[in-house]
This record gives sequence, C-alpha cells and structure tokens, in this order.
Amino acid sequence: MIRAFGWVLRRDLMLAFRRRGDVVNALVFFVIVVSLFPLGVGPEASQLRNMAPGVLWVAALLACMLSLARLFAPDHQDGTLEQMLLAGEPLVVLVLGKVAAHWLVSGLPLVLMAPLLGLQFDLPGDALGVLCVSLLIGTPILSLIGAVAAALTLGVRGSGVLVSLLVLPLYVPVLVFGAGSVGATASGTGAEAHLLLLGGFLTLSLVLAPWASAAALRIAME
Amino acid sequence: MTKSERFSWFVFSSPQTFYPLAGKLQPWFAAAAALLCAVGLYISFFVAPTDAQQGESYRIIFIHVPAAWMSMFLYLVMGFWSGVGLVLNTRLSSMVATALAPTGALFTFIALWTGALWGKPTWGTWWVWDARLTSELILLFLYIGFMALQAAIDDPRRADKAGAVLALVGVVNIPIIYFSVQWWSTLHQGASVSMKSAPTMAATMLLGMLIMALGFWMYSIAAVLARVRSIILERERHTDWVAEEVGARA
Amino acid sequence: MLEARQLECTRGERVLFRDLSFWLGRGQLLRVAGANGSGKTSLLRIMCGLLAPSAGELRWQGRPIRTEREEYCRNLVFIGHLNALKDDLTALENLQVAAALGGKPSDAQRMLSGLDRFGVAHCAALPAKVLSQGQRRRVALAKLALAPAVPLWILDEPFSALDVGAVVELEHLLAAHLASGGMVVLTTHQEVQVVAHAVLRVDLDMHAAALLAA
Repeated sequence: MIRAFGWVLRRDLMLAFRRRGDVVNALVFFVIVVSLFPLGVGPEASQLRNMAPGVLWVAALLACMLSLARLFAPDHQDGTLEQMLLAGEPLVVLVLGKVAAHWLVSGLPLVLMAPLLGLQFDLPGDALGVLCVSLLIGTPILSLIGAVAAALTLGVRGSGVLVSLLVLPLYVPVLVFGAGSVGATASGTGAEAHLLLLGGFLTLSLVLAPWASAAALRIAME
Repeated sequence: MTKSERFSWFVFSSPQTFYPLAGKLQPWFAAAAALLCAVGLYISFFVAPTDAQQGESYRIIFIHVPAAWMSMFLYLVMGFWSGVGLVLNTRLSSMVATALAPTGALFTFIALWTGALWGKPTWGTWWVWDARLTSELILLFLYIGFMALQAAIDDPRRADKAGAVLALVGVVNIPIIYFSVQWWSTLHQGASVSMKSAPTMAATMLLGMLIMALGFWMYSIAAVLARVRSIILERERHTDWVAEEVGARA
Repeated sequence: MLEARQLECTRGERVLFRDLSFWLGRGQLLRVAGANGSGKTSLLRIMCGLLAPSAGELRWQGRPIRTEREEYCRNLVFIGHLNALKDDLTALENLQVAAALGGKPSDAQRMLSGLDRFGVAHCAALPAKVLSQGQRRRVALAKLALAPAVPLWILDEPFSALDVGAVVELEHLLAAHLASGGMVVLTTHQEVQVVAHAVLRVDLDMHAAALLAA
C-alpha cells in the first residue's frame, strides 16, 4: 500500500513538473487576485491591514479551487483513472496519493508566496507567521474536500463552475478559522484556538474525505 | 400467519405501489397544513401580545423561526433518504431525497427573506450578518449545490448516488459550518445585532411557533408526496403501469 | 473459475441484456460479440467490477466479486479502448507506474523486455504524446507481456490499430497465456485465429433476440 501511494505521488509530481506552466498559472492567479483588492477598496493602510487575512485566505481558496480541475479529469480522459480503480490496491490510498501531490503542487506554493503578499498589506511579522501556519494546515483541507467535489463532478458538463458551487460552502469553516487566526494575532488575542481547530478539521478530513472521494469516483466511473 | 400473509412495509418501497399511496395521503397532509398554518397565523397575529421593544414587526418571527427549523430538518431528512438509497440501492428513497430538496431550499429562502423583513424595521438594514442568517445562506448554497449536481448528471442512478454522497458530506459539515459561523459571529460583532435578541418567549409565542412549524411540516410532506409522484412518473415512464396510468388520465 | 449468473444490465432506461449466464474455466477464451451498442463494453466493465449489474452476480472461484473486489482485481488485467497512457510520461515510465500499481516489480529491465515483445523497445524513452496510434496501442498491450501470471485478461478491442506483425505477436501471447492455464475475455470485430482449448462465444445480439422471442 505504501508503495502504491508512493508511486501515485511520484507519478503526479512528475507530470506536474513536466507541465510547469499549469502550476505557475495557479500561483499567478493568486497574486493577481490579491492585488485586485487594494485597487478595489483604496490603498489606505489600516483598512488593508484589517482586510489582509480575509483577502489572502479567499484568494488562496479560489486558487486551490481552480486547480481542482486538474485533479481527476485528465486521468479520467486518458483511461488511467479506470486502471487505478482496477489496481487491486485500496482506492483510498491512491486517492490520498493524488491529493498529496495536488497539495504539494497547488497548495504549498501558496503557503510560500503568502508572506510576500502579506507584506504588501503591511501585516506585522507575527501575523505573517500565523498566516503561513494557518495556510499550511488549511490548504491540505482544501485539497481534501475539493477532491470529493472533483470526483462527484467527473465528466459532467459545466463541471468547472459546478465544482465551485459544491465546494465553497464546505470551505467556509476553513476560511473562518484560517483568516480568524491571523486576525486574532493581529488584534492580540492569540491564535492557538483557531489553529488547533484547523488541526482538528485536518484530521477529520484526512479520515473522511479520501473515503468519500473514492466512493464518488466509483459512482462516477459506473 | 404464514409468511405470505404477513404485511410488510417493504411493499411500499416499489415506486409502483408507492405512487397510489402517495396520491391518497397527499390531500390529507395538505388539509392538515392549511389548518395548522391558519391556526398558527391567527395566534401570531391576533393572540400573541405586542412586544414592548419591537412592536408589531417582531411577528415575522412566527414565520422566520419555523422556516429556519424546517430548512435544517429537511436537509437532515434528505441526507437520511439519500443515504438509504445509496446503501440499500433503492430507487424510491433517492427519489424522495430529490423531491425534498426544492422544498428545503424554499424554506431556507423564506427564512432568509423573512429575516430581511424583520431586520429592516428593527435595525434599519435589509441584511444582517448574524450567525443564523449567515448559516441559512450557506444552507441555501448547499441545497442549490445538491440540485445543480443532480440536474447536471444525465444518468438518473448516477445522479441519485452522487447526490447522496454530497448530501451526506453536507450533513457531516453542517454542524461544523454552524459552529464556525457562530464563532465568527461572536468574534466580530461586539454589541450584537442579532436575531437572537428576540423578545423573551411568552408561552403563547412558543405555541404559535410550534404550530406554524407543524403546519410547515405537513406542507412539506404534502409537497414532497406530490413531487415524488411526478418524479416516479418521469423516471418509470418506460414501464407498462405508467403507460396505463398516463393513458387513463389522457 | 469465472462464473456469471443471470446478469442483467440496464443503461439509462434500456435493458441491454438480461439473464446472461456463463462459466469460464482455465485455458478458455470467451469472445463477446454483438453489434455496436449491444452492450459488449458494458459486459466487460461488469466483468471488471467497474459497473454493477442491475441483476445477477459474478463469481470468481465461487466467491462473489462484489465482496472481494481488491482480491479479484489483483487477478485481472483490463485493457480497454483507451490506452491508459499519460502523454507526458515516457513509455517506460508509463509501464513502471502500471506495474507498481498492480503490485508487480517495476524495474526498467523487465519493462524493456515487455516493450521489446511488441517491437516498441526503441520508444522506451519517448513521451507517449509523440508516439503514433499504433505504437501507443502496442505500449498499452506490453502490459500483458509483463503479466503472464495474472489469470484473467479482459481485453476490449485489443487488435484495433495494430499492424499485421503486432496482431501475430498478440495472438501468440494470448495462445501462450491460454496454454498455461490463463483465461481471456475479449471483444473484437476482426476475425483472428486464436488457438484455445475451448472457445466460448456470447453473442449479445442473438441473446437479446432470443429473450424477445421467449
């Protein structure tokens, strides 16, 4: 099972590496969206500082959501997903491998880029740190939940927008606690509770989401 | 009693036998709904006392709160029947779940709209980002997502099962979403402009809300029975009994 | 070893076939025939466990495949219409991933010998997207050369897009597999000579006609 997980992860990372354009696009989207907000609300520093956690988190959420289209759909189209269902390894393990690769390629770059963007919003140092940690815990949750939505809408017409509709309400708790943690740090109340809850969500998603995704994949492939 | 004589509820799990049963029951539930809602509205508008702070405008709570309760309750029922359809592979349970969604969405919409109607005279704004209204908004998105997913998938059995997975994921998430919105609301709202700052419940007010809730429940059952009947006709249209049924009516 | 009991398949509202039963033993080949749309691919997918039949069941060595899906999948190789190759991976890498997911050794030497069997060893280091249709089909079929020990081979139109040489090679491979006690299920529009101890044929057109007449 570990071997299968490792091979799926390795395969997806190799594929992402050979199509670096896709990966970079998601990151650029993140930067552009974040930059739009000051243009929309004005450059006043204290207002931007207040908005920053929410803006950065919403942008990260949207970037993650857009990249869900690449999670299962290409494999579905060339028949490799079918082979995974026939692999004789538990599908849950293979799904976990794909989600891990998805996070490394789509989520982790956001975590690394966020502090730079946070500086644009004049976030103080400790808030930047908490922002990174909250994204580090939160973006895997986004990938895990997103995988369920991507699996449900596999091959369905209009699936791009439909995935967004399905997944965004489910992202609300992650957003609330992720952005809340940074806000709490900035206002001095401390972010431990938020981060612990995020950690709890991560554990819950790790247990439930791959299982739901595997069920959804089997339903989609019938 | 021999086995063949023993009555089994499972006989009603076939669309063909459920169809006439639903048809017979539906008018009774509709009548009960009309009666209970009439009584409930009478209590709301004429019996319950005027509130000292909010005057007459608070009366919208008699629609707002029961509608919110129903929206939540119907989602759980929808999740239950989808789950049954997924696990036991029964068509009728999934059809009931599909039939529940629009009614649930309707009550969510009513809760949101009546919330706005309450907010305007009371606090001067059409929308208040308080915990309950925000949770209702997200619940509306969950209902719409379920309906959109089922509408987008052509194969009815796949639509049933995919909808079931989504509904069950939703059921697990709803407590989490409510909790996070609650947390968010208490963090950000100091002097709370909250729907919870309703007048303290006099017994008549609670009675009024309960009767309205019961009336809404009867309405939901009536609406779902009617909707399931048309779903059955549509999904089973290639069978003989439907052809006879439609032919007999034409 | 593979037994089908009263299989029924309904897609949308159409019943494709009903009350289909057969028994496939070691060294036997089952050919599924029928016109386009008669349910051949659906039957193959039911046999893989990808699709659940609307009635009836499939048993592998006496046990229903529904309850022992992983075990059953380890005993089968499926090659469908799609080649299941990632465009951006080389032929060699594609085979390595497939072998590793099947729980088999994935060393390069072994993969090369499989590719060589179908005459595409020279494509090993080329990404699949630059290969021709025929070459890709051959890389996909190379999986079979690497899975002699897997008892059940389920193949959907394996001979399509192959030239004469590759067709002969595939026939030899199938014959060797059957001779060593393996089982093959395939659909094909082409008339190929595959030597077998016994050849079963399920003709879905005639099956449907037989049921309508009954």
